[in-house]
Amino acid sequence: MAAETKQIKTPSKLRFTIIFLVMAVLYVFSWRGVEADIGSLIEGWPYIRDLITGMWPPNWKYFERILDPMLETLRIAIIATTFGAILSIPFTLLASRNVFPNTWVTNSARSFLNFVRTIPDLLLAGIFVALLGIGPVAGVAAMTVFTFGIITKLAYESVETIDPGPLESMTAVGANKWQFIAFAVVPQALPAFVAYVLYAFEICVRAAAILGLVGAGGIGIMLSETLETFQYQKMATIVLFTLVIVIVIDSISSRIREKLL
Amino acid sequence: MIEFKKVRKVYPNGTVGLDNINLTIHPGEFVIIVGLSGAGKSTLLRSINRLHEISEGEILIDGKSITAAKGAGLRRMRRDIGMIFQNFNLVKRVSVLRNVLSGRVGYHSTLRTLLGLWPKKDVEIALEALSRVNIREKAYARADELSGGQQQRVSIARALAQEAKIILADEPVASLDPLTTRQVMDDLKRINQELGITTIVNLHFLDLAREYGTRIIGLRAGKLVFDGPVEEATDDVFSEIYGRKIKKDELLGDVEEA
Amino acid sequence: MSQTQQAAAPKKMGRMIKTALWLIFFAALYIWSFTGLEVEWKKIMESLKIVNKMLAGIFTPEWGFIWEDEGVLDNMLVTLEIALLGTTIAAILAVPFGFLAANNMSKRYPILPFVEARFPVISWIGKRILNVIRTMPELIVAIIFIVGVGPTAFAGVLAIGLHSIGLIGKLYSEAIENMDEGPMEAITACGGSRLQVLWFAVVPQVLPEFFSFALYKFEINVRAASILGMVGAGGIGTPLLFALKGHDWHRVGAILLVVIIVVFLIDMLSGAIRKRLV
Repeated sequence: MAAETKQIKTPSKLRFTIIFLVMAVLYVFSWRGVEADIGSLIEGWPYIRDLITGMWPPNWKYFERILDPMLETLRIAIIATTFGAILSIPFTLLASRNVFPNTWVTNSARSFLNFVRTIPDLLLAGIFVALLGIGPVAGVAAMTVFTFGIITKLAYESVETIDPGPLESMTAVGANKWQFIAFAVVPQALPAFVAYVLYAFEICVRAAAILGLVGAGGIGIMLSETLETFQYQKMATIVLFTLVIVIVIDSISSRIREKLL
Repeated sequence: MIEFKKVRKVYPNGTVGLDNINLTIHPGEFVIIVGLSGAGKSTLLRSINRLHEISEGEILIDGKSITAAKGAGLRRMRRDIGMIFQNFNLVKRVSVLRNVLSGRVGYHSTLRTLLGLWPKKDVEIALEALSRVNIREKAYARADELSGGQQQRVSIARALAQEAKIILADEPVASLDPLTTRQVMDDLKRINQELGITTIVNLHFLDLAREYGTRIIGLRAGKLVFDGPVEEATDDVFSEIYGRKIKKDELLGDVEEA
Repeated sequence: MSQTQQAAAPKKMGRMIKTALWLIFFAALYIWSFTGLEVEWKKIMESLKIVNKMLAGIFTPEWGFIWEDEGVLDNMLVTLEIALLGTTIAAILAVPFGFLAANNMSKRYPILPFVEARFPVISWIGKRILNVIRTMPELIVAIIFIVGVGPTAFAGVLAIGLHSIGLIGKLYSEAIENMDEGPMEAITACGGSRLQVLWFAVVPQVLPEFFSFALYKFEINVRAASILGMVGAGGIGTPLLFALKGHDWHRVGAILLVVIIVVFLIDMLSGAIRKRLV
């Protein structure tokens, strides 16, 4: 009986051991690669502590100075989400198999989407800043591409799950592609689409708030400024204000989204 | 021996779950509890191993009060009481053997079981329990690869591996089809007879109750309204327990043995 | 018939007013957004002239830069290491947070039974904490760690490790809330202690999902780690920043190429593993 147990258990144990060893090697390798040093963390802890304690109390007066950059961040997010949403409409339709049965069309649309989604958001921002110069326009451009990727991915997946009945009946009455989209696809997909746009807006506000760290406008510029000049109390004001804005927008938007879906 | 002494259960919302229950169940009995859903069958069963707490009274198992038991003492008492659930309550992602072995957690220190250091004897007990319900060959399959009937047998094997003196079965066949229902009930009956394990089963099929039980207990709105041997449980008695005529879906009907 | 018509008329009016209000709201929002943005069209027009140059550069990457010492590949490796270590730290630290934030756990093992019966305080607090951690952008967290340990990849690891607790902990708590509680009851009924219930009924159910969520976050973190270098926290972001500042588009092209390929491969690999796990 013991032999039987052993025989059956061995393979899974072997696999486990191999995975374990591979992971262990990877971790040791990585630990060295990043030159991880717990000592430096312990040594540097007083500086981090000073930074955090130095942030208190926040400089409330500074609020007036950062209101405009924060509004700029919101403007960037609103405009970019709108552009991203408009751009995503044709691509959503092109990527949906129940709208375009031609796999060549859907596959190329999807490949393009996957490509766009692999590029990290701030990397995009960096490129646009290098191209367009420091300022909000670079932020709008980067965030447009970013929201475009999020919305299209979610939207085409939901378009593919809509009720096929109306699609068939539109085909049956001899509708052309435009009529087909306008009368069968749009009414069904619209609420979900609006919900995804809102969701993208939430992510966009978060991202836009730190865009300034790479020079792309908004509140992030002030953040790196205050940090570099050791004005931690001002920095605290920025961080708190950003948190409040993000949380408020998140809660409003998620409430609307719950109603829509 | 299980003794209920003036047991009363009131839920926080004021509903009375059990109302002054006095009951003695002797070793080796095969007791079936019947009643409408919401009559308190499940509450009664679960109060025996204290998965549900009672509000008043006391429950004694072999003369020891489980109502007063605490911590390790309570766990020690629960170790001797196996339980079988309507939804099997197996961990679906792990092997059948591991599920059965988990019935033996009460016998070893927490540390030892966490490290998976099961004694060889325990593995043998578990495999033996699986043999008893005829699914020894499934020991290394994942639990979710088994059919519903087989899963319920695994949970019976878990109670056997536990070397329980009492088995509580809470609607053990409610999620099964008629054919596997009989197989599971046959298993329970056989174990009851061969090992002399006291078995208490909640059922809503009245013909099954008559066929398998040695004693029937009827509950209605938390009150004990019938307690007697199977022979005395006539159709009239069932109508009395249910407060109305017996419906067709309360009978399993005849099923050909495969 | 006439009654329904009468009732329908004000309803229609109400809907029209509502639509009109929404239109006005959006019109105002966009006017506010666009007029407030300071756009220097002249500068943009000028910079658009270099688009050609940029695209030409990006599509003719500097191949030597990929292979050379301290080049793209070396830095990308560091980026992956940051993501791996950071995600692992977070995946471990998130476990207690996940259990705290799951309302079925705080209900079952109440710390304050009297309060807990009325409102799941512990889970509420746990969820808030995770939310706050998630809201702190990792770049800011990275900057704070840089103050402590200097501009190194280790600061990146710490930043990713701390920030990722937010999302991973939230996903953990959802997995715990969605699991089947039946096995917990079964192990309790067998006479198992709390730890045994956890180990035999909870862990086998949630562990594969925990792994899957950690892998998912790893995918996201590879992207995040590739920009950490822009604030000085190690990895591919640093050479990228230099290449961008110097308008060295051939190098930007080389970096972009490697980042895109690596991110794509990691997504594929991780996705395949995740499919097998759950």
